[in-house]
Formats: sequence, structure tokens, C-alpha cells
Amino acid sequence: MPISRRDFLKYTSMAAAGTAVSLSDAELFSHLFAISPEPHEDVNYIPTYCEVCFWNCGAVAAVVNGKVKKLEGNPYDPRSRGKLCARGNAGVGELYDEDRLKHPMIRTGERGDGKYREASWDEALNYAAEKMTKIKNEYGPESVAFMMHGGITTHLMNLGKAFGSPNFGFPSYGQCRAARMVAYDLTYGADVGSPERVDMANSRVIVFFGTHLGENMHNSQVQDFTEALGSRAKIIVVDPRFSTAAGKADHWLPIRPGADMALMLAWINIIISEGLYDREYVDKYTAGFDELKESVKEYTPEWASKETDLPADIIVETARELGRYAPSVCVHPGRFTAWHGNDTQRERCIAILGAILGTWGREGGIYLPTKAPLAGAAGMSYPVPSRASIAKGPHAFAQPQLMQAVRRTTITADPYPIKAWVVAGTNILRAVPNPAKSIEAIMKLDLLIAIDIRPLDTAMMADVILPECTYLERHDALKIDRGVSLSVGIRQPVVEPLYKSKAGWWICKELGNRLGVGGYFPYETYEDHIKKECAAMNIDYDELTRVGTKFYPGTDNPYITNENQPVFKTPSGKIELYSSRLAEQGFAPIPKYNRIEQPEKGWFRLLSGRSPVHSFSRTANNQKLFELFEENVLWINAKVAFSMGIRDGQNIILVNQDNIMSEIIKAKVTQRIRNDCVYMVHGFGAKSRLLSRAYGRGADDSRLMTRFIADPISGSTGMRVNFVRIEKA
Amino acid sequence: MSKYVMVIDQRRCIGCMACIVACKAENDVPEEHFRTRVIQEVEGEFPKLRMELRSELCNHCDNPPCVYNCPTGASYKDKENGMVLLKKNRCVGCKACIASCPYDARYIDPRHGYADKCTFCSHRVAKGKEPACVQTCIGRSRIFGDIEDPESEVSLLLREHHHEVLKPAAGTEPNVYYINRILKG
Repeated sequence: MPISRRDFLKYTSMAAAGTAVSLSDAELFSHLFAISPEPHEDVNYIPTYCEVCFWNCGAVAAVVNGKVKKLEGNPYDPRSRGKLCARGNAGVGELYDEDRLKHPMIRTGERGDGKYREASWDEALNYAAEKMTKIKNEYGPESVAFMMHGGITTHLMNLGKAFGSPNFGFPSYGQCRAARMVAYDLTYGADVGSPERVDMANSRVIVFFGTHLGENMHNSQVQDFTEALGSRAKIIVVDPRFSTAAGKADHWLPIRPGADMALMLAWINIIISEGLYDREYVDKYTAGFDELKESVKEYTPEWASKETDLPADIIVETARELGRYAPSVCVHPGRFTAWHGNDTQRERCIAILGAILGTWGREGGIYLPTKAPLAGAAGMSYPVPSRASIAKGPHAFAQPQLMQAVRRTTITADPYPIKAWVVAGTNILRAVPNPAKSIEAIMKLDLLIAIDIRPLDTAMMADVILPECTYLERHDALKIDRGVSLSVGIRQPVVEPLYKSKAGWWICKELGNRLGVGGYFPYETYEDHIKKECAAMNIDYDELTRVGTKFYPGTDNPYITNENQPVFKTPSGKIELYSSRLAEQGFAPIPKYNRIEQPEKGWFRLLSGRSPVHSFSRTANNQKLFELFEENVLWINAKVAFSMGIRDGQNIILVNQDNIMSEIIKAKVTQRIRNDCVYMVHGFGAKSRLLSRAYGRGADDSRLMTRFIADPISGSTGMRVNFVRIEKA
Repeated sequence: MSKYVMVIDQRRCIGCMACIVACKAENDVPEEHFRTRVIQEVEGEFPKLRMELRSELCNHCDNPPCVYNCPTGASYKDKENGMVLLKKNRCVGCKACIASCPYDARYIDPRHGYADKCTFCSHRVAKGKEPACVQTCIGRSRIFGDIEDPESEVSLLLREHHHEVLKPAAGTEPNVYYINRILKG
């Protein structure tokens, strides 16, 4: 009876056999849907890939008479595997949100007061280009900075580099993955990738430090996690909060916030001293084991127990479980790793733990990316910027993508002024801690251009607003997935853009034309460009438009074998337990524990995280998700709440160490959190009145983060170092 | 003759709520109403806690009070496949079914005035497809099929696992089965 799974197997086996897909369009995807069209109705099933979050899952839209009726996961696609999450299912809520930006707008009032007039595309683009050119002539191209996230990145990076600027800001770097990327690069000579190459479906033990998959809805990874749950893998969740994942765990370790490294180092010590590590693997692939062994000796279970507030016997027991099931152990490297300002060293601990357990390139650990070659079209050669990027900040190992560094230089004009921001697809005022600083920087600008789909708070500060269409209405760059196997996915419009919105590629190209760098956009439409790329990659474009994701069978090489040896692009060519590169720059080559500041009585560490039905601050207005999660609430330990006389559902206000007050937020009085911290879902407290549902809902965590600590190694902005007290509203 | 049932493997549910959104999109469920939900319950005192994630929907009971209490014959039990369904044109919106359902599975569609509920996506099943919530279920926690077919996945699962139904004391003989329950109650 469950036809769809059988069909999935049929297709997968067909793909595995290398058979070219030759089914008609209707046969390809119609089986996913039960659309019964009226005779006069026109039904199309069009594949694309999703962008309600950044996981980019293959999706298929059923379009009836030009309207998207239903979305399903594309069974060919490795990131959706035929399934969409709540947000992916709610893609129509993005498309048909009546609050979308509908036409270009030019500011008429003061910056931030929300007064705009409608403009034609020509006028708005000319306005933007003239001002950008003026700034370039006066200060140089480096004085225009570009911030972005999502599908528009390819197009806007192209524009920014062509324009001659070296300054780019990615909240997805410094406010999210930077520490992990740097730590894995230092240790293994490579990042764990995005999606992270965690082989959880085959793990015997899974460890999450703070990672709360399930609330953090990364589709294929959550599917793998639930496979592990179904096969009774041991789950160890280290989190001050009883997350959904913790609710699934065999061991929930409610650690004192900020003490994670104490537990990790004690585990490493136990695993080494009890001989539970993978001797052969360590000898063959790692460098610095003896130094590591010596360095972690001081980190005993008893010591760690005091630091972490966890029982010593549990620390020993869990360490032995890791050793017993190694190498089928996945210590998840996490994704949002900007916690305490020592984040690279904490991520180094995870990387080292994985290494001594022999998990890199092993079943159930971290699988190796496909080595399959894929010819690409030749890249552009851009002008070499005359001045160095300021976006690296003072951080030795950071990529020049740090948003907080762009912001700082915008305020200080040191070493040179930044006069304009072009912001696309990212809501800087929510994504970067301490929005008051972002507003201070924005007020210093001569020009703020916003490219967005929705009237989010940052867009409503702009001088000119350029409305982008949603992912269901545009082409974007091909999705090259180097996961287990090689696959290539296409994003293509399933309907025409609504209102006067335009595709990101078109906006960047038109701006490029007006800035005199149109040559960097050598195509009439982006579809032409994709066709060219497909030709270079030897992909049948027409087939790709029909199947959505082209999957290359037989391109997997996930585990280490005699023939499939890993390559570590580190100075020693080995996994660097002892990092010579860190030593060179004066950092601890082997992670050392440093206690971080803990809140005084009456104060709580502010933690924030995710809801499975929202992506950052950008889906809060999506009706289909709003009705499931209207606003965030503040989790507060039940005993603490009782002692303070706070009832469940009561309105409260948070005040941070710098006397910054939060919006009013409802208390969630719960047993599910420690007594020294409070927690809320990130992304709420919208100020933009044009968001009819999201406006004024819940509280903004980022405004309370006035005291972030930038990690000296990676520039990751540790955000879990802010303390708040609670007042009744 | 078939008898369709749903098995909820609670160990595999991660509370992502994809099922809820997919159900609403598939069945044009009005705003603020739902045909399925995922209940999260936590028991115990910090740090000794246990959590249950429990998907709830119409149980397509063998002994359905909503059918017995329907004065117009709009609610009925399909003899071919065991589904509890509704003839919308016969419903007068009296809410007797809503009052009699121990599972809170029904609502009045404010746009039309009739009662409505989960149909096990009968329109999809008729075409040989799984219900929308099952198709999209990220954790493969929802499994659907014919319990009369001894080789079906649901039959195999129910044979191999201890299973429970919700509110057995109500005597409704539900057809949604729960395996790997965490909390009892």
C-alpha cells in the first residue's frame, strides 16, 4: 500500500543502476500528490529547491492554474529525501504572504521612521547605483560593504567583487559556524561541511553539546538522527536545558553553562588513561598524541564534576560508552557555535575527541566527502581590491566575513571609512548581537540598500528597498552537493514573480549594469547561465529541470579503506591533536580549560535557540507557521519562578547588565532548565509594523547581547555571556 | 475489505510539526484549526525528567461515538476501509459529534458551517498514496497501512511491538496505535 516508499526505492534503484531517468514529467512527481484537477485546470509538477531555511532541500511544487497548491519533498534529493519539514511545507506561506515587499521603495522620511514612496525599478536602481558610484569615487570601492545570506549570495558576491570591494559580512559565519570551521580546519585540514558530514544514521553513540536537532530542523540530518533513535543508538545530550533531543536521550547531562570544555577534556583524559582510544588510528593518522596525553592529565572526573555540576561517575560512565562503541560514535560538531568567546578551543576539543576515537572517515562517525570530479564553468577574474578587507578583524584565523568587524569599522572609520551597506537576505538587526550598535553604524552610513522579500526590521532602515521574489519565483545558482554522493540541484521558478518583485540575480545584474560592471553578468537571464554551466558540467539541462536534483550513483566513498585513504591538509599532513598553527600564533596548541564568568545570585545567563517551525527572524510572519508558534516565551526554572512569585504565562521583562530592557515576554515556568540560566527562541520581537502578524510579538534576544565576546582565534561572537535579571511587567 | 490504521512510533517522533503543516496544506484546513497535533508532555522534577511526544488525530474508531451521535447520518464508518468519514452535504453543524468525541478530533469549518476532521487523507489513499502527514513525516514516526494485510508494515509493527491506544476505557476501539510510549496516562 505505501506506494510512495516503493516508488522511492524504485527510483533510487533505477538511479543506482545508472539508468537515465526517462519517465514523463507527470509520472516523475504526480505520484507524490493527489491533485484532482477540474477539466479546465492546468496542473504542473515542478521541482526546485527550498529556501525557507538554508538547508536547500529538494522540493516539488504542484501548480494548478498558476497557483502553488502543495509542496512535497523531492524523492531524488539527498537533503529532503522526499520529505519537507514544517517550514518547507509552509513555503506557500512565504509566497502568498500579503505583507511581502511588493515594489521598490525610496525613503522620504528620516532613516528608520518608516516613511517611503513607491518607485519604479528604473528609478530605484538608478538611485542606488548613483549613490554607490558617488561613494566609490569619493572614498574608494572598499567603502561599500555587502552583507548577505541565502540564494542571493552568488549574485551579490559577484557584484561586490566586480565593484572592487573586499568587504563582506556574513552573519552565518561570525554569528554561527566560524568557530567550528576554524577548529576543524586546524585539526583535520578541512571543515565538516554543510550539511555536516555526520553519519548519525549508522552511529552507535551520538553526543550533542548544546545541539538540539529536532528543534533545530535540519531536514536530512534530523532524518538521520531519528534513524538512530529507531535503531536504539545511545544518545548523550549535554545541555543546560531539557531540549527535545534531551527528551530522547539515554543520558541528559544538564551541564553548568560554559563548562562544556571541562567535560570534554575529562572525557579525553579518561579515554586515554583507560586505553579506550583507537591506538592504531591514532598512530597512523594523528600528530601530538603524547602532548595531548600529558596536557589532559589534570582534568580528572572529580575536577570536572565540580566544574560542570555533573556527577563524576556519570562523566566516567559516558566516557566509557564513547570508548566502547568507537569508532561508531558521532560527537556532533554543532552548527551555531558562537557561545562563550572560547569557541574555537571548545570545537577543537570535539574535533580531538572524535580523532582519538577514530571517528573521521569511519562508519557512524564523520563520513568522507565524495571525491567525484565535476567539471565546472571557468570562474570570473575580479579586480584586485586596492585595500585589504577589514572584515577579518584582529582574528588570526578568521575568514574576512565578520559582520561585527564591518560594523565596528563603519562606526570608527578606522582604518578607512565605510559609507554604504548593501544588505540582502539577512536581518542584521536580529542576526548580529546588540542591534543598538548596528543602528549606530547604520546612522553613520551615507547609503543603505536593502534587498529582501519581507519588510524585516533591517530593510525598513534602508534608503532604498529592492523587493526580491521568493525562491518559488526565481532561478539561483546550482546546488552542488558533495555529501555522501555527488548531486546537482536546480532552483527554478514554479510561478511568475508576484507584484513587482524581482529575482536576486536580476537585481544584481541591473545594478551591475548601472555601476559599469555589467560585463560580470554575461547572460541575459540566469537560466542562460545555468544552461552554460550544465553544458560545462556535462549535465543534461532539460533533464535537470524535470528531475530537480541529478543524483550521481556510485560516487560515494564515505569510509576509510586501504584504497580510500583520508588526506589531511594540515602542516603535518596528519590530524593535529597538537596544533602547530595555533602555537605559531601564540594560542594554546592543545585546548586548556579556563573557567568563564558565572552570574551572581539574582542574575541568569541568557541562552537562545530555535523552534522547528521558524528560520531565524524571517518566518515569524508566515501565517502557516505563525499559527503554530506565534511568539517566543522565556523558559525559567520552576523553583526559581516559585521563589520569585512568577507564574506560568505571566508577562515579564528582562534587564541585562547594561540596563537594556527586553520587550515584554511571557514566562514559561518549567522543570526543563537549570536554575542559573533562562532560554528563549531567537528571532522574535519584530519592530516593523508592516509585518502584520510578527510585529510586536515576543522578545528579541539579540538586543540583550550587549556583551558578546569575540573568540580571538576565529572571531566568532560568543553570545551566551550575557546575564539578565527578571522583572515583572 | 481493508482496514486502515495508523501506527505512531513515538521513539522516532522529534516534534518537528511537519505533519501538521502538510495536513493543513493537503486538506485546506481553515486557519487556527487542525486535524492533527503533536503533544509534548514532560513529567518529573529537574533533573529527573521524561518527555513524551504524542501525535494525535482522529482514531477512526471501530466503535465511533461521533457516528452514533450524528443525528443526520452525515458521519459514517466506511465499511470498505474502516475510515470514519463525513458526508458534508448532510451535516447541519450541530456539533453532537464534537461533543461526543473523546479525542477532540473534530472542528466546525467556519467557512462552511460543517464539521470536519482527519480523513486519513482518503482521497490520497484511494489513489494508492499515503496520507500527507505520513509522507512528510521526517522521523518516519507515522506509519499507515492495512491491518487486514498481514504483510503490511503496520501489521508487522503491531505484531512485534507492545502497543497502546489512547483512552481505551472510552470503549471506542481506536485505530491509531502507539508504540514505544514513554509516559502512561
